[in-house]
Amino acid sequence: MNVLSVRDARKRFGNVTALNGATFELRHGELLALLGPNGAGKTTLIRAITGRVRLDGGEIRLFDRVLDGRHTAPELGIVPQEIALYPLLTARENLEAFGGLHSLTGKDLAQQVDWALERIGLLDRATDLVKQFSGGMRRRLNIACGVLHRPRVVLLDEPTVGVDPQSRDRIYDMLADLARSGVSLLLTTHHLEEAEARCSRTVIIDHGKVIAAGTMSELVDQTVGRFRLVTLQLDAPLDGDTASKVTGRNNGSAVDGEGRILKARMQDVASELPPLLDCIRAAGRAVDDVEVRGPSLQSVFIHLTGRELRE
Amino acid sequence: MRTLMWVGWTNLRRDRVAQALTFLLPIVFFSIFATVFGGQGDAATARIRIAVVDEDHSEVSARLIEGLRNEKSLRTQTTADASGTGAVLDRGAAERLVRAGDVPVAVVIPAGLGAAFSTNGFGGGGPPVQLLSDVSDRIAPQMVLGLLQKVAMTAAPDLLMQGGMRQFEKYAGGMTPQQKEAVDQWLPRLKPQGQARGTGDSAATAGAMPISVEVVDVMRTDNRRGSLISFYAAGIGVMFLLFSSVAGAGGALLDEAETGTLERLLSTNIGMTGVLVGKWILLALIGCLQLTVMFLWGRVAFGLPLFSHLSGFAVMTLFTAAAAAALGLVLASLAKSRAQLSGFSTILILTMSALGGSMFPRFLMSEGMQKVGLLTFNAWALDGYLKVFWRQAAIWQLWPQILVLVTLTGVFLSLARLLARRWEAA
Repeated sequence: MNVLSVRDARKRFGNVTALNGATFELRHGELLALLGPNGAGKTTLIRAITGRVRLDGGEIRLFDRVLDGRHTAPELGIVPQEIALYPLLTARENLEAFGGLHSLTGKDLAQQVDWALERIGLLDRATDLVKQFSGGMRRRLNIACGVLHRPRVVLLDEPTVGVDPQSRDRIYDMLADLARSGVSLLLTTHHLEEAEARCSRTVIIDHGKVIAAGTMSELVDQTVGRFRLVTLQLDAPLDGDTASKVTGRNNGSAVDGEGRILKARMQDVASELPPLLDCIRAAGRAVDDVEVRGPSLQSVFIHLTGRELRE
Repeated sequence: MRTLMWVGWTNLRRDRVAQALTFLLPIVFFSIFATVFGGQGDAATARIRIAVVDEDHSEVSARLIEGLRNEKSLRTQTTADASGTGAVLDRGAAERLVRAGDVPVAVVIPAGLGAAFSTNGFGGGGPPVQLLSDVSDRIAPQMVLGLLQKVAMTAAPDLLMQGGMRQFEKYAGGMTPQQKEAVDQWLPRLKPQGQARGTGDSAATAGAMPISVEVVDVMRTDNRRGSLISFYAAGIGVMFLLFSSVAGAGGALLDEAETGTLERLLSTNIGMTGVLVGKWILLALIGCLQLTVMFLWGRVAFGLPLFSHLSGFAVMTLFTAAAAAALGLVLASLAKSRAQLSGFSTILILTMSALGGSMFPRFLMSEGMQKVGLLTFNAWALDGYLKVFWRQAAIWQLWPQILVLVTLTGVFLSLARLLARRWEAA
């Protein structure tokens, strides 16, 4: 079931087209990654959903209700990219402040604050000032402030930017818990590996338009296909004739690294790799190292956009 | 070295705020001070308003009043209304004008002055002319005193000489008929001469004085020094209230916008109007606290009579802090960054403080500058405090200042709300 759907979202800022007909859906209880390079339109999209940007065209529906683009729907929880916390308040005071602003009061507020502190692992630092926290701790608290009021949909803008791998894992564990409890999460990220490993589906956006959406395997099937990239490192360079002979055996193969590196695309590694090794051995060369890489979100992204994500 | 200089110069070229602080602010301040103090030598723009009460109704008193009217540096009124209409002033009405701050000095010409003047001439001996004055303005009574002596010397030389001759005859013996005839022919010639000289600009004559003058402080406050200190407490307090309001509002809006907490606040139920109202109330309360601390220190360290004027102080402080907080929100909503806010607000606040009387009393300024000062927030706030602590005004008498401050608050808040739309939705 779709909880949020964006249809043909369009927005221009002067001469800059930020959104150019973006369309996607967020399903119930899923963790959806919105992936794209800088300036692709991710933040504009998030801000449009939260009512901070008025679309020039298209519509956004939340639980089948068209959003007016002026107010933030109460079902939404927002985690901005910035550490949107008060540094001179303690962790507990920050949570109490934002919970209070979301109309939580009394016992309910106290319970939710304790729940959040426990989930982000800051129960023992609850009375410490936020300015004394590490980047990872602030990030976790930043997320907790956005989910404290039990929103049904949470929008997270780059929630793991600038944090160490350990804190990142902790953040994703927390998001996975929320998703399991039925909360739908949409997050923007630069981290391909995170999107690939942690999110149920990925939406790739570029130049304000969604260029692909789906699970990892759907994206691979739609784009690069299910081949493996095999890289062989030889003990000595192949001469010209031998190199032509070897690459001729396998479509998409190439020799580089001054003749010592052989790269080949294979649909079935088990059946295609042994003949290639035989051929190399016959040419009087030995294989020092072998690397087999499956299709990744990075290869999908490069296939779709023609460039690395961070460009 | 060269590279460092190039980097510094390029930074300055591209930083408009730094340019304004470096080049514009000194020019603005120089212009303000030059206008304020440069105009002091121009009598046409620095006239002192005085009220004159004639209890004598003699030719001498009429000549004195005429002489005062002809003084370029004075603006004389003898009726309740400055335009010359209304009832003729008596002592009570004149004192009320001084106490209300409408005029800094009232001249009361007592009954019997004319007779003594004509009889004694330079010998004096008549009842003293009274200067009912508000000594918060220390300059005006001294100027009027000097001018009054000058007018007495020049406005009625014939009468003065008549008195002098009588004194001469009394102590030196009678004159011959020929001498008397010569004097009688000479005296009428003094009269027009005296009238013509009444318009001069020279300072008051020192030495022998034809009339005696008594300066009366009509404010009669229990603690004059403390009341004067209230003026400085208010002046400095309001200026720093503006600075802290702007800094607080900057922290409240710009910092929140930069850190993302504003975005988070706007996603809650309170909305931008709620955010602004919440910030405004807090800033106003902090402003009240700031002014209270300032005046309490004035009470403890300088004997400022705070507790005897508590209600008036509370009212003025509340409305002043409310208006300052609203102005802070306008400036913070207008600025795009902390640096811009800091530069712009420094120029604005220092200019307003200079014109509005926070740095030096407005009564030291020319009339034109005093009127310009009324365009500033400071002038109205300071006038209110002056009324409370110096003029012992009742709370209802503060209505013009309160009305202006309330209006300014409303205008500032509306403007801030309008400008804050930029944070709501693009």
